[in-house]
Amino acid sequence: HFRFFFVTCGTDRRGSFQLSAMASAGGNPLVLPAVLHLRRSDADFTAALSERFRVLDFFSSGEPLPAFLAAAAAAPEPPRAAVVVGGGSVRVDASFLDAVPSLRCVLTTGAGIDHIDLAECARRGVAVANSGEVFSTDVADYAVGLLLDVLRRVSAAERYVRRGSWPVQGDYPLGSKLGGKRVGIIGLGNIGSRIARRLEAFGCIIHYNSRKPKDSISYKYFGNVHDLAAESDVLIVACALNKATRHIVDKDVLEALGKGGVVINIGRGANIDEAELVVALREGKIAGAGLDVFEHEPKVPAELFSMENVVLSRHVAVFTEESRSDLRAHTVGNLEAFFSGQPLLTPVDADSLVQ
Amino acid sequence: MAAPPPADERPLVMLAQALFPEFAAALAGRYRFALLADADAAAADEARALLVGGLPRVTAQHLGVLPALKLVACTSVGVDHVDLDACRSRGLSVTNAGAAFAADSADYAVGLLVAVLRRVAAADVYVRSGRWAADGDYPLTTKVSGKRVGIVGLGNIGSRVARRLAAFGCAVSYHSRSPKPSAPYPFVPALRDLAAGSDVLVLSCALTDETKHMVNRDVMEALGKGGVLVNVGRGGLVDEPELLRCLRQGVIGGAGLDVYENEPAVPPELLAMENVVLSDHRAVLTPESIGGVLEVVIANLDAFFSGRPLVSPMEL
Repeated sequence: HFRFFFVTCGTDRRGSFQLSAMASAGGNPLVLPAVLHLRRSDADFTAALSERFRVLDFFSSGEPLPAFLAAAAAAPEPPRAAVVVGGGSVRVDASFLDAVPSLRCVLTTGAGIDHIDLAECARRGVAVANSGEVFSTDVADYAVGLLLDVLRRVSAAERYVRRGSWPVQGDYPLGSKLGGKRVGIIGLGNIGSRIARRLEAFGCIIHYNSRKPKDSISYKYFGNVHDLAAESDVLIVACALNKATRHIVDKDVLEALGKGGVVINIGRGANIDEAELVVALREGKIAGAGLDVFEHEPKVPAELFSMENVVLSRHVAVFTEESRSDLRAHTVGNLEAFFSGQPLLTPVDADSLVQ
Repeated sequence: MAAPPPADERPLVMLAQALFPEFAAALAGRYRFALLADADAAAADEARALLVGGLPRVTAQHLGVLPALKLVACTSVGVDHVDLDACRSRGLSVTNAGAAFAADSADYAVGLLVAVLRRVAAADVYVRSGRWAADGDYPLTTKVSGKRVGIVGLGNIGSRVARRLAAFGCAVSYHSRSPKPSAPYPFVPALRDLAAGSDVLVLSCALTDETKHMVNRDVMEALGKGGVLVNVGRGGLVDEPELLRCLRQGVIGGAGLDVYENEPAVPPELLAMENVVLSDHRAVLTPESIGGVLEVVIANLDAFFSGRPLVSPMEL
């Protein structure tokens, strides 16, 4: 909502009055702070931002990115904040930051930050924030849903019933029990820890790998993903994508996981060597996979389409009404914090850099 | 368990229908079998135990040809296919699968619930068709965590469903014949009120005369537009034609169904709906749980034939 007041110039000959919009502190009080918006968005999100900020929207500008950025940078009140998202064409790197030197804050509307050069931002004093825990619960729920689907063949049975095969061919082949399965979670952060809590209620045994063991956690820690895979029946990728975690699930790890093993990926496609995964599935070296992300989205290896033991989705683990609404509030919150000189709500700091 | 007795002393067990091969192989060393439909008079007179594999109807007439019968041992959880009135009036004991299937059924109930709310199966179909929507075009689904879940029947299966959904941060309440003092969830005496206060209704109770068609139009209207019905109990718990109408008219938001009134016939109208997830009565079925059922069946039969208390007797 606008915070504004009317100033009546009682003695003015024309009897007119001035409208003054009170913007958040930190800028020209007559003008809302400018914010670059470099993502496809729904109307509610854009409206929420537009109520408080002067939104410079890339996708509706119709211009190529360099021209858009140059125009924004050349304006009288250039933007000090940018809202971006991963998985698209916009990378926040040196040339991006060079193009808009007024930027002091970058918000990304996802958890992943692999599209942002954190070192470059740190060098220039540009604060970075992500979506914090906004999506963590929905992604964890979806990961569990994928695992249930793969192990118990929910989607495969669905297709079977819809084809009309049940009366004709009898029952669809059985799935496999969850209880007692050893689940190896790669990355025990906001998402991984929620997955663990849910799967414990199903009687799963939780193992994990992360950069360092977590002191307060009683799950069994493995220093590397190969050893984790060797002692797990299920591998769930719930870590960030960076240099250390690219292809962290490779041919060696898949072999260690073994013939009964299942892989679930709700991280980034590139966390897994996708070509090797397809080979492992084709040759029966692992038992199945649930994949919400792929190395070259929107391309999905076509060979997967005919496999009954995989469950596929197109990067939807975050997409619920509730988290969409939470994201709006969260983004506005971060922007308001920034423009009023306060710390960002969910800063991504240098600690997130690869060792 | 005791070692199997020598072959010629094996007790006779009458079979209501032929056993699955796994069952038959596992039990062959312990008991002699005769198939009810083919049994000669001597076997019919001798048989003190009837083993009901699968879900064939067992009527008073079937029971009537077995004068020595004392035990009806079922391999399923629900026993609505057996004439319990006839069992009661003859003083027969009836055993079921006990908790052998409970975890798997509960797991599947949750799997159906997540699949409906988060459209997991629908997303899979979409990708397999070679399509990939841009951000903003994807229909938003609804969060699982935090939903209000009403469980109908808080027995072995229902209580496990509750525990799993509590780990998702769902608010669980339940309805059953009587409150369970040890259950940490609110008890709701009227099913309609449970539906009115829930986003999801999970059916995990037995099918009896009282519970037949308990989910009717009134209950579904109380569940409401965004509401989801998950049924891993029996098809007969739901007025199926009314369910179709309510789904078609948007009276409720969606359904996850493992059971139907006339299996394996699935109403064709369901096959065309996007907001339902369908399965072929598989909630109980994993190889591990079949092993579990075998253990329960053997335990019950052994106990019976050696005069010890039954392991999973049902209250009739």
